[in-house]
Amino acid sequence: MEMIVKRAGFFTSVQDLGRTGFREFGVSTSGALDPLALRVANLLVSNDERVAGLEITLGGLQLRFNDERIIAWCGGEFEVEIGSQSLPAGHVGRLQAGDELKFRTPQIGCRAWLAISGGVDMPIVLGSRSTDLRANFGGLDGRALRDGDVIPLGPRPGSSASAEATADRPIPATRISSWTAPHDWVSPAKPNPILRFLRGADWTRFNALTLQLLTSELLTASPDSDRMGVRLTGPELPRADNVDLISEAVAPGTVQVPPSGHPILLLGDCQTIGGYPKIAQVITVDLGMAAQVRAGDRVRFSEVSLGDAHQLFLQRERSLERFRIGLSLRDQ
Amino acid sequence: MEIVPLGDSALIVRVREQFDDAPEETLNEVLQTFQQLRGAAIPGMIELAPAYTSVAAFFDPVDVVKASGTASDIFDWLAARIGAATVPKRRGNRRSAPRTVEIPACYDPDFAPDLDEVARHAQISTEQVVELHSAADYRVACIGFVPGFPFMAGLPKKIATPRRSNPRKEIPPGAVGIGGAQTGIYPLRSPGGWNLIGRTPLKLFDPTKDPPVLLRAGDRVRFRAITREEFESLKR
Repeated sequence: MEMIVKRAGFFTSVQDLGRTGFREFGVSTSGALDPLALRVANLLVSNDERVAGLEITLGGLQLRFNDERIIAWCGGEFEVEIGSQSLPAGHVGRLQAGDELKFRTPQIGCRAWLAISGGVDMPIVLGSRSTDLRANFGGLDGRALRDGDVIPLGPRPGSSASAEATADRPIPATRISSWTAPHDWVSPAKPNPILRFLRGADWTRFNALTLQLLTSELLTASPDSDRMGVRLTGPELPRADNVDLISEAVAPGTVQVPPSGHPILLLGDCQTIGGYPKIAQVITVDLGMAAQVRAGDRVRFSEVSLGDAHQLFLQRERSLERFRIGLSLRDQ
Repeated sequence: MEIVPLGDSALIVRVREQFDDAPEETLNEVLQTFQQLRGAAIPGMIELAPAYTSVAAFFDPVDVVKASGTASDIFDWLAARIGAATVPKRRGNRRSAPRTVEIPACYDPDFAPDLDEVARHAQISTEQVVELHSAADYRVACIGFVPGFPFMAGLPKKIATPRRSNPRKEIPPGAVGIGGAQTGIYPLRSPGGWNLIGRTPLKLFDPTKDPPVLLRAGDRVRFRAITREEFESLKR
């Protein structure tokens, strides 16, 4: 009922879909930076989509399992191996007790989400198993994984008396299934992504030239990016005024511009409030792509309307609903 | 009042444009809006959070569409609901008075590396700084930066001090600081640029508690100066 972290790799943490309901107390969302990736991986292994898994940054992770588990992962272009067999993104693999799982350095993108049947079993803190890495609570002692950590896993779905059979059900009949989820969901990383955005809440504080720069120039991700945000360098984005703004809410996807003129694209560990002007907001369906941006990647921004953003959001949830139904038919 | 989108799944209700010209009134109005929106339980709303002059509302577009029956104009539908829920209340409809929380604070030099700087800036003695800081009535305008960090209005103008040009990499939990015209308390070990003038033995954030914070927006706060001995015994 556990797995052993033989090597924690560059940066690995326990995450689920994040914390909601505690923003008024300054508690960040945390959670998988690409919630869809974790939801899909969970669905593939017949977990509830809200179950906790691991978020792997830049690879180097090596795990050993102590019992039989089904796993799936989604994210950047990682090479993942069960023993010596490779497991592509969005496929389902079966691990036997004693098997090892390895995530190597990704070619494109920087993060992956691993779902394990039964899920990572950590105490629920403020409604979530996610690690809050800034405030150091949740997940495993509020910190990233280390070599030698022992990670408890939940009971496998259907492993109780009624259905020991489910553990032996024919799917995946082979070690690696041929079944998969849509490519955009399981492998959203692009070397030079185009991120669609809505006008930010402080859009009018920038002049026309700045707004044109935002959509016409390539911005480069700098190495001091982390789960709080991606720092972008390129042409400066000056403001039209220099009024001190009163802090108000920010959220994952907010693009804020500090006095340096170099924008920061906020991700899941961002603060709940901020005082820098918000020039743009990356739309929810593109946050998965944003979570893959790594140092040196060149990002382009492209404006969409609020109506379009909502349509894209709703369409994606409808497709996910169909995918869920498809899986439940598979599981019968 | 102005309602602006914060992306496709959140919006900001800007109740007022300014804070400093009327902090009490602004805060009361913002908190009233926060309570009204909470009470209205608008379908699809996930959570609400007040901050100085505004209230942020986070929603799930799927649930909003289920309730509104139309997939177009999600924002307009929500804005109309919010508008209807926040009609100004008539006088006589009295809100409950904010609670007052007393924060014991030790201004011992060991805990106050920037007390001299604040005194120099105000051109008064360090004792006077402590007196002014512990005699004032404060109000929590917003919780943020890190979980449980109270941004408090009401600092005597005399001791307002600009943030340090070199922020510290690590500030201990409980540190009481002055940042510009505000005072605050660091709940967790964190970096920060405020001038540190004391420390409280109280825990401002505890994720195992419900609610996890000692202070919330709207609370009235007073600091009570305590000795080093009291600090150590309260800490236990």
